[in-house]
Amino acid sequence: MFAYIVRRLIYAIPILVGVNLLTFTLFFVVNSPDDMAASQLGDKYVTPEAIENWKQKNGYDKPLFLNPQAAGVGQVTDTIFFDKSVRLFAFDFGRSESGRDITTDVATRMWPSLAVALPTFLVGIGVNICVALMVVMFRGTRLDRGAVFVFVALMSISYLFYIIGGQFLVAKTWRLVPISGFHTEGQVWKFLILPVLVGVVAGIGAGARWYRTLFLEEANQDYVRTARAKGCSELSILFRHILPNALIPILTGVVVLIPSLFMGSLLIESFFGIPGLGSYMLDAINSQDFAIVRSMVFIGSILYIVGLLLTDISYTWADPRVRLS
Amino acid sequence: MSEAQHSRPAPGTLCLQVRDLTVTLADTGTAIVKGVSFELQAGKVFALVGESGSGKSVTSLAAMRLLPDALRISGGSVEVAGQDLFGLSEARMQEVRGRRVAMIFQNAMSALNPVQTVGRQVAETLLLHTRLRGAALRDRVVTLFHEVGIPDPEQRFDFFPHQLSGGQQQRVMIAMALACEPDVLIADEPTTALDVTIQLQVLNLIRELTRSRQLAVLLITHDMGVVKNTADEVAVMYRGELIERASVDDFFQHPKQAYSQRLIDALPDLTHFREAATEAPLLELQEVKVHFPIRRGLLQRVVDYTRAVDGVSLTIGRGETYALVGESGSGKSTLGRAVLNLEAIAGGQIRFRGDAIEGLGRNAMLPYRKQIQVIFQNPFSSMNPRMTVGDIIAEGMISLGLGLSEEARRARIQALLQRVQLGAEHANRFPHEFSGGQLQRIAIARALAVDPELIICDEPTSALDVSIRAEVLELLAELQREFGVSYLFITHDLSIVPGLAHKVGVMQRGKLVEQGTAEQILTAPAHPYTQELLAAVPRL
Amino acid sequence: MKPVLLWSDALIFLLVISLALFFWRLRRDPQTRERWADVFSSRLGMVAFTVIAAYILVALLDSLHFRRALENPESLATQEVFYDNKVSSVFDVLTGGMGDRFERTYSAPFALLSFEKENIKDASGRDIRDFPPLRHAGQHLAHPDERAADILAKSAKALFWGLLLCALVIAPQWLVLRGSPFPWAASWITQGVILSAGVWMVGISHHYHILGTDQGGADVLYQSLKGIRTGVLLGTLATLVMLPIAVTLGVMAGYFKGWVDDVVQYLYTTLSSIPGILLIAASVLLFQVYIDLNPDFFAVGMEKADAKFIALCFILGVTSWSTLCRLIRAETLKISQLGYVQAAHAFGVSHSRILGRHVLPNVVHIILITFVLDFSALVLAEAVLSYIGVGVDPSMGSWGNMINGARSELSREPTIWWTLTGAFFFMFILVLAANLFSDLVRDAFDPRTSLRRADA
Repeated sequence: MFAYIVRRLIYAIPILVGVNLLTFTLFFVVNSPDDMAASQLGDKYVTPEAIENWKQKNGYDKPLFLNPQAAGVGQVTDTIFFDKSVRLFAFDFGRSESGRDITTDVATRMWPSLAVALPTFLVGIGVNICVALMVVMFRGTRLDRGAVFVFVALMSISYLFYIIGGQFLVAKTWRLVPISGFHTEGQVWKFLILPVLVGVVAGIGAGARWYRTLFLEEANQDYVRTARAKGCSELSILFRHILPNALIPILTGVVVLIPSLFMGSLLIESFFGIPGLGSYMLDAINSQDFAIVRSMVFIGSILYIVGLLLTDISYTWADPRVRLS
Repeated sequence: MSEAQHSRPAPGTLCLQVRDLTVTLADTGTAIVKGVSFELQAGKVFALVGESGSGKSVTSLAAMRLLPDALRISGGSVEVAGQDLFGLSEARMQEVRGRRVAMIFQNAMSALNPVQTVGRQVAETLLLHTRLRGAALRDRVVTLFHEVGIPDPEQRFDFFPHQLSGGQQQRVMIAMALACEPDVLIADEPTTALDVTIQLQVLNLIRELTRSRQLAVLLITHDMGVVKNTADEVAVMYRGELIERASVDDFFQHPKQAYSQRLIDALPDLTHFREAATEAPLLELQEVKVHFPIRRGLLQRVVDYTRAVDGVSLTIGRGETYALVGESGSGKSTLGRAVLNLEAIAGGQIRFRGDAIEGLGRNAMLPYRKQIQVIFQNPFSSMNPRMTVGDIIAEGMISLGLGLSEEARRARIQALLQRVQLGAEHANRFPHEFSGGQLQRIAIARALAVDPELIICDEPTSALDVSIRAEVLELLAELQREFGVSYLFITHDLSIVPGLAHKVGVMQRGKLVEQGTAEQILTAPAHPYTQELLAAVPRL
Repeated sequence: MKPVLLWSDALIFLLVISLALFFWRLRRDPQTRERWADVFSSRLGMVAFTVIAAYILVALLDSLHFRRALENPESLATQEVFYDNKVSSVFDVLTGGMGDRFERTYSAPFALLSFEKENIKDASGRDIRDFPPLRHAGQHLAHPDERAADILAKSAKALFWGLLLCALVIAPQWLVLRGSPFPWAASWITQGVILSAGVWMVGISHHYHILGTDQGGADVLYQSLKGIRTGVLLGTLATLVMLPIAVTLGVMAGYFKGWVDDVVQYLYTTLSSIPGILLIAASVLLFQVYIDLNPDFFAVGMEKADAKFIALCFILGVTSWSTLCRLIRAETLKISQLGYVQAAHAFGVSHSRILGRHVLPNVVHIILITFVLDFSALVLAEAVLSYIGVGVDPSMGSWGNMINGARSELSREPTIWWTLTGAFFFMFILVLAANLFSDLVRDAFDPRTSLRRADA
């Protein structure tokens, strides 16, 4: 088990290197620092000197991969690639193009993200399982078919409409909670409840439909027939046989998302004005701050790889049949 | 001890009575089971025999009211101790299931809940129908495990199904069924998924329990050997109808229906064997080894090998059939694949007509591909569902460059189809339009298309019903006489060997433990494992 | 008139033609035909398909672009023809110039007056501040009170013409398909509803703005309709880009195993580990920078928007192949173990032939299911991307841009709800139809579900 985890972590290194090279290629080779400077400065101010100034200020004046002018190790380290990409491995994200320290920003902003994403995630799974269970109890009936249609309809609504609709109804028409905003002191829940609600409701369609399929798949297994032949009631079959088995794919399927909860949700955070990593990314995209985007790509990849690892581990924990080796 | 333990019925008491049971498809109303009647008596095993699709399993599920939604009981009655089960409410029916009538299923691995310990699964039956709780409950389960012959029942209680062997899993199923001391046990193909030696043990257990507990057993099977070994009474089902019913002895001596006679004929005749041919060797294997690496540790280094085939030597002559017999996992199929050069060998030599063919590259192997062909076990997956039968048969002729013109090829396909007793018009149809037996004929035609000298038959009949099995085997024998082709016949079933094979080799854990002429092996086996296999073969 | 062929136009027609050929070829295969029969024997399947077909038809009509010839002024004595700088489509013509009727700013559905007060002159010529009358709504009315009656009368007339058109369209179908076992009636009813609604919209739009106007005074209904082309094209083109990558890599990995498999697995794990939205956003922004720095590449503004759009499709396709690739790899691994591939090996069939005849045809169902499923996902994604600011060009009508423009106005009193409603309605119907259809396709083609049915 331990050997397995260590091996998986070692496998993660080439993937991170790949992510790094890909982003580097995108940001520096496809798009030269000159282009970047030009677009940052705006059309009116583009002069060769201004570009040079900007590059120097932001550390883009070095060669890409190899610096023949530097001495010794400096030939490799005194380059854009080393400065901007290799340093990411040491979690040294450097400064954003507006001069702020990215590491500090990330550290402070991930908590509000988590405050919204974690409850949404947990409540969402609970609600989806309950809804799916209720539907599965009526499998094969009109109610079941109707529910599936409703799920598909819910899935067909854009996320944006859930947010807009939630804000319009709950915050604007009924005036139950503030439309947006976030304070750390006082009644935080007042600001959290609407984003969480919206996130959960928006997920019901896809989630409950998926879980229903998983439940039905289990309901068709032979061991369910065995349980019936024992004299189990339908209800106890559902809760004691189908549910524990279906929970395995449900749990292992969502575990990969857990680390990514730190990243927050782009849309929810920007609509509700929550100062998390999601809105951080959106602001970075809008202001074309590539330093932040690069760092977030790197963090996101690490979290995804951790998620994959957690998925494998969760299998051994949830499913007695699986042994890692 | 418990309230479940009530006085056992006297031998011969009527325990379950099925009258005029009719089951139909819910949407079309087509009858699947047509007016079937029989009764079960305490202490007796009643065998319901039939091939796939005959409606025997549906009958048993209907008796338990466990039919899938697509099927509906449309007439008749099932009475247990004078009570009509079809008149009960679902809640009352739940009290009958597991307590009065219990059931075991074909594939124990999938019939057990994979994430619950076997002990808890057996205990659940007791929880539902008795007041046993806590330590007493556990004790009762352990006793049951002991009774059905599970070793170390204390420890096995906390095992998950996948940690037990196939035979043990089926024993757990039996323990679960017997937990509340039911009067009736319905066993739906209880041994089909098991290896032959294990089959016999499980059947003996059922037999014993029938006597000791005065159970009334409904045994559903397609295997006449099982019937012969276990049943007191037999009923034959054919296309949803019960066509014959008799005591076991009467049935095997004087079957009334031609169909019953066909089923009985499928039993092996251990008195007639084929003479070993004395032709020149065609295929020679010397110390052939196939190893699969086992990787462990941080760097996934190869620490050991699974010795799937571990030094096998054998010789097949021209026009000869060599039966390679062994249970699942013995390495017999891997050996077949190695001969086909689909599996790399770790050592030894494979000579075909004197040429060493092991380890040949793709192109170097091509001339031999014409001469060595293969028929697989599962006829449904061995044909591309998106190609016509004609294209399937033509594929080998084209890729191996037989140099036939389009018309010559078409004529050959038609001749081949007719030779395997299919019509020439079948060439334009697609595989899913055929039955398993017909597909296996097409597979034979496909192999014959390139005029091979050796055909590797990898369990070609084990997915087929018994009556069809005999026809396919007969066809193979005919073709051998006609074309002088040799077979390496891989099978788990010793009973098809007489009348088929000249020579037999018995494989166990990658090794050939014994080989000789068919007569030697089947009449005077030397190795204990061969003897064990042979003991499991039913005979007339 | 001078036809204009945008890249996306060419691609969409190519796509539709190749899809049609693909399905024509599939007819040969009886199993596939049977499965499709399953899909179309349900009424829901018929309705969903008809709706999707209607959307695709609108998208195609909207992809036939041209530039109008300008009439030479009398004074100019040259034979040279000048063309309008604005590119129109056949669809614009069919909607009867719905898109040419601009107001000054917001107006509510069926409103006669503008939403915002302006300085206007009243009857006596004095300057007052009031809601000015709209230029293209209710001009023919003598009195505002007649509006309701007028709408009813015009609707009745439009309905009459609509039904007439329905009869014309459906009657020939009825003659041909009378004895067919499929529930065509469901399709005809849907066609009827869509056609009548279409005729009604075009008819009424000459006199009113059915869904009001937006901030720039443009007709919201027209914009919602223009969003159809964007949505349909994005949903199909992006998948089209993704398919060859995913299929080639997936099949190779599953078939050849070994180092090929390792490389492919590495590629898709790396790609899927990057947060998708960031990768897409970064790529789009980079392309944006490229366009900004090279403004002379494109003759008309529309071509620039089109280039951006195609780039977006490419980026979406290139960043999203990993899921399908994974599925196809797994399926190919399974197929390689099956008897017919083993038998082909035993016959010495070449790798390329095995891949082409045995493996590819048997993974088509996965491609198909993914194609339909991804379509709706991409339509939804467009809205989100446009909101983030990395979607289609603002000059190109799209539902995402509509939502983006309207969301800030929700807080106004009274609420401006019609832009959102328009985008919501047209988007929801398309995505719902696609989702329902994909459900049916999956039920019919997924071997797991069809096995389940066979068991029962």
